[in-house]
Amino acid sequence: MGSITLKNVQKHFGEAKVIPSVDLEIKEGEFVVFVGPSGSGKSTLLRLIAGLEDLTGGTITIDGKDVTEAAPAARGLAMVFQSYALYPHMSVRKNIAFPLKMAKMEQSAIDKKVEAAAKVLNLTDYLERRPSQLSGGQRQRVAIGRAIVREPSAFLFDEPLSNLDAALRGTMRLEISDLHNQLKTTMIYVTHDQIEAMTMADKIVVLNRGNIEQVGSPMELYLTPRNLFVAGFIGSPRMNLITGDYARSKGAVTAGIRPEHLTLSKESGTWKGKVTVAEHLGADTFLHLDVEGIGQMTARASGEFGAHHGDTVYLTPDETKLHRFDDKGLAIKA
Amino acid sequence: MATQNTRTLARLMMAPSVVVLLIWMAVPLAMTLYYSFQNYNLLTPMNVSFAGFFNYQYFYTDPAFFQSIWNTLLLVLGVLAITVIGGTAIALLIDQPIFGQGIVRILVISPFFVMPPVAALIWKNMIMHPGYGVFADIAKFFGLQPIDWFAQYPLFSVIIIVAWQWLPFATLILLTALQSLDSEQKEAAEMDGANFFNRFIYLTIPHLSRAVTVVILIQTIFLLGIYAEILVTTNGGPGYASTNLTFLIYRTARLGYDVGGGAAGGIIAVVLANIVAIFLMRAVGKNLDK
Amino acid sequence: MARSVSTGQKIGWSIAAWVVALLIFFPILYAVITSLKTEQEAIAGFSLIPSGTFENYVTVQTQRDYFKPFMNSVILSVGSTILALIIAIPSAWAMAFAPTKRTKDILMWMLSTKMMPSVAVLLPIFIIFRTFGLLDSRVGLTIMLTLINLPIVIWMLYTYFREIPGEILEAARMDGASLWKEIVYVLTPMAVPGIASTLLLNIILAWNEAFWTIQLTTTNAAPLTAFIASFSSPQGLFWAKLSAASTMAIAPILILGWFSQKQLVRGLTFGAVK
Repeated sequence: MGSITLKNVQKHFGEAKVIPSVDLEIKEGEFVVFVGPSGSGKSTLLRLIAGLEDLTGGTITIDGKDVTEAAPAARGLAMVFQSYALYPHMSVRKNIAFPLKMAKMEQSAIDKKVEAAAKVLNLTDYLERRPSQLSGGQRQRVAIGRAIVREPSAFLFDEPLSNLDAALRGTMRLEISDLHNQLKTTMIYVTHDQIEAMTMADKIVVLNRGNIEQVGSPMELYLTPRNLFVAGFIGSPRMNLITGDYARSKGAVTAGIRPEHLTLSKESGTWKGKVTVAEHLGADTFLHLDVEGIGQMTARASGEFGAHHGDTVYLTPDETKLHRFDDKGLAIKA
Repeated sequence: MATQNTRTLARLMMAPSVVVLLIWMAVPLAMTLYYSFQNYNLLTPMNVSFAGFFNYQYFYTDPAFFQSIWNTLLLVLGVLAITVIGGTAIALLIDQPIFGQGIVRILVISPFFVMPPVAALIWKNMIMHPGYGVFADIAKFFGLQPIDWFAQYPLFSVIIIVAWQWLPFATLILLTALQSLDSEQKEAAEMDGANFFNRFIYLTIPHLSRAVTVVILIQTIFLLGIYAEILVTTNGGPGYASTNLTFLIYRTARLGYDVGGGAAGGIIAVVLANIVAIFLMRAVGKNLDK
Repeated sequence: MARSVSTGQKIGWSIAAWVVALLIFFPILYAVITSLKTEQEAIAGFSLIPSGTFENYVTVQTQRDYFKPFMNSVILSVGSTILALIIAIPSAWAMAFAPTKRTKDILMWMLSTKMMPSVAVLLPIFIIFRTFGLLDSRVGLTIMLTLINLPIVIWMLYTYFREIPGEILEAARMDGASLWKEIVYVLTPMAVPGIASTLLLNIILAWNEAFWTIQLTTTNAAPLTAFIASFSSPQGLFWAKLSAASTMAIAPILILGWFSQKQLVRGLTFGAVK
């Protein structure tokens, strides 16, 4: 249960072709992350799968059944919204029970399921509270609870962590991954945060302007980005993209080197740069440099590297980790 | 952001209100327009004939018509001046830190909930009566001759009563607007060295301008239709001294039984109201785009 | 206003505000006081201390059958409000949650019907009512009050509904709620405060409506507005009694009004000021 196939899926809002055409195969039990900048169509794609928007063209199949015209509830999917979309006038218990009540399940069975879900999500003590009396993380868990009890064939998450603070986001990320490991149900997760994508996904779908730029595992995207967009989007800090003589000498229009693949030295190296900003994180040091003949670059050193604004630093790229792109921005295969 | 299904349903759900309002707007208005070109008197309902523009001409050449237009204008402008200026002052006063702010608010807005006939009767009998009214009592206390308000200053008296009824509305809306002024903005202005006076000129007044516009436009719509206050106090008199357009049309139509004349006056009133309405719709419409 | 204000200043502002407030409230207060006076006291000159008789209230009821117009007011204002809500809720729902390009135009057009001067359609309405035997009938007047307040009701509901996040309704749809269940279990409970405010404000407006209620009634269906207006020349009913009738006519709505201050602003400005 839980395989989803999109075939030539299109969505236009009037003249605007938000999604020109998308084909995508999601296997049973996969954790798929749609990632892209805002306006890339990732949320629209999710809403099309959910049935909250009509398709302009194409078909959506869930478990071999064509659901293109089916109502949202008939698709057997559950969704966790960005704003959590909890029913403010219902207690936590009633919120979680709502989909079961809509399915006309017996009250005793509903109670059992709600209790079980609450236990998994650490909500047992809060069942009688209203959503307004809960913290952000708890609300998030209620929203997930409401999704779990339906035992859907797939979960849809629409930027679920974007309203939480940084610390809580980290915790919830783990909890959702954990949940996926327990339930082994297909999950589709939309985010603009590439760290969430990298840490949680089995498969990442990078979207840009309604088109799929690349589909692959986090490591595939990291190691072999198919084009400049993916190269720039995946990885933090961003990959340094170098044009000009250096790139030409490597047989490319643009050469890409990740900050962590630059060796820093105070004495000598391939390039000489001046530190503009140094960020000391303890475990890592990020240096933003003005490099002679190239321009702005970012380098990352493991541990503490004692350099400050105005210092001169030498950089040496690890050329085995170099990415090369042609004039169309596509990666050149080695 | 909805599916085709919900859109069809939405149209169905809107149908009753749209149909009802469409009929309510179109049918009587069309009848008024039709009557305005007819000789039609309820006293002689058998003699209906086409009148051309006679009714309009009749209305236009009636000296009472111009007086009523003038009275309408004075009534609207007078009440607006009193309520906007008074309302701003009172709103600023209530917005200060004061004891019992809640009760003060309640006292100030109360006149708005008094039905027009009651408001008019209270003022007519208990406040402005030349023999027994409070104003007369005060005048007598100072040894002055009491004023017979409704005989000497009929229109002004009506203005006072209507202004009393609408002052709370202006105050309440301006107060709401005042309180929505971001306190951080005020603090930022203070940090920037603006004193109380500067803050009032550069922050408060621009912030209130929108609310004032809304107050003026909405009140105008209601003030053009003032009727009960005049009926109860002066009955439009003496002569036509306190007759506004609404009251003149009422007189022509209901007391004179002149359907054609009343209808012609009605069409004129519609035209006048529409001029105001255009401005109001623009102000409200802008708010929708947000 | 994070800083504390000196007590002296506060007392100064307070006195000024209270004086103004009491002056504005005075006519109402004086009517209430007069209603507790005897007729002799009422015309005996300025006095804030009545002898405290309730006789006037009794007389108004026994001689003038006050209860009848009072009940008419209740029936007309509540009836027309409920009727308006029944028509308005679906359409406000549709405009708030399934807006189209024309939604704004429709809303503006509905508002424009409110701007038509009543007096302009006085005669057609009078003639229609006479033809259908609706003059001086509660049914006729209820329809009338429903129509004139419908635009405000739709507008108020629309602004309230628009504040309900669309994601919640989508969540309900995902959870398997049919449209009907969505309205019953999710939308209505969330909209109740807004509907209640709309109800309250509309009852106030209908209670105080003083053009059509006076024009279209004589005795049978006459609500308090028409009843009180008939005393414009006080033959037979004197000031103390008139004050008693007035006090009873405004008291219920005054109290309702105090509770609905906030909604009043919103409703009467069509959501332009909140």
